Amino acid sequence: MIVADRKPIEEIIEQVKDLRSVLVLGCNECVTVCEAGGKKEVGVLASALRMYFLQQGREVNVGERTLERQCDTEYLEEIRDSIDHYEAVVSLACGVGIQFTAERYPSKAVFPGVNTCFMGAALERGVWAERCQGCGSCILATTGAVCPVARCAKRLFNGPCGGSTAGKCEISKDVDCAWQLIVDRLKALGRLEDFETLCPIKDWSTDRAGGPRKVIREDLRS
Amino acid sequence: MRLNYPSSVRIIRVPCTGKVDVLHILRCFERGADGVYVVGCREGDCHYQSGNFRAKKRVEQAQQLLDRIGIGGQRVRMCNLSSSDAPLFVRFAEEMHAAVLAAGPNPIRAARAAQKKATASSGMGLHP
Repeated sequence: MIVADRKPIEEIIEQVKDLRSVLVLGCNECVTVCEAGGKKEVGVLASALRMYFLQQGREVNVGERTLERQCDTEYLEEIRDSIDHYEAVVSLACGVGIQFTAERYPSKAVFPGVNTCFMGAALERGVWAERCQGCGSCILATTGAVCPVARCAKRLFNGPCGGSTAGKCEISKDVDCAWQLIVDRLKALGRLEDFETLCPIKDWSTDRAGGPRKVIREDLRS
Repeated sequence: MRLNYPSSVRIIRVPCTGKVDVLHILRCFERGADGVYVVGCREGDCHYQSGNFRAKKRVEQAQQLLDRIGIGGQRVRMCNLSSSDAPLFVRFAEEMHAAVLAAGPNPIRAARAAQKKATASSGMGLHP
């Protein structure tokens, strides 16, 4: 999932402090699962904003709505009739949802209510870790399904660097050495010979180095 | 035991304090409550293992949020007791009552009243 974290309330207040109406817009997908921008977080933020404005002696209409997704036009259309009641939107979706909401409603100011962090997995309740950087050309088949792009600090492709100690990366004792994980996994799979195969130079044009990316599926286009 | 505790306390029963969310606490303040205290089982005695620890964390979250928006985090507390410990229940109620008196009324109530007054007076101006 896309992992996001809550923004400090002070930062959100700073964005919306001069408004007379604002819609807090949540998303039912990734940000709900990582408890940063779902229906509950929308309720908490809207309640906090209402109390803040009341204390300031200001009558501000703070609305709440949570869409199935903010990254699909059909769900964003659901607020077409009600969005004119608000001056601006605080979106608790990931950066994609925030931008897409702004694209669909060009006359509305859209502010971020979360910090979008990475594509990751839940290690345990309240702990998420990065697992994929969306490089656009997956090599997990040769690395025992452990990604050196996302998990090696240096993005090395042919074994660990000299900073790997006792299975940990030199950047932090809390970070596993991706190549230690790869070797352990290949060993468990009985495929250690894969480690001997030199990985060719990766084509980074499918990564962000090639600029903003698009996936076009002609078989699906109407 | 027939013990007395402050009549200002309104009890809302929940199956376990683990059910209490930050949102429930905030809604109380939005509706004008002067203080909220969550009374759970003693730490380590939760029938659901960790319900009271979850409640404790949520109370802390609510405290931080209320501090940041100017309501005051001291208006929220987590208390732990055994369900048969009535004297301690009374003590917590009295302590919370005193803490709320010290903190003063919830500023939201005054703000709402001022807003209502302003709306009424502007309405009167329009329709004398």
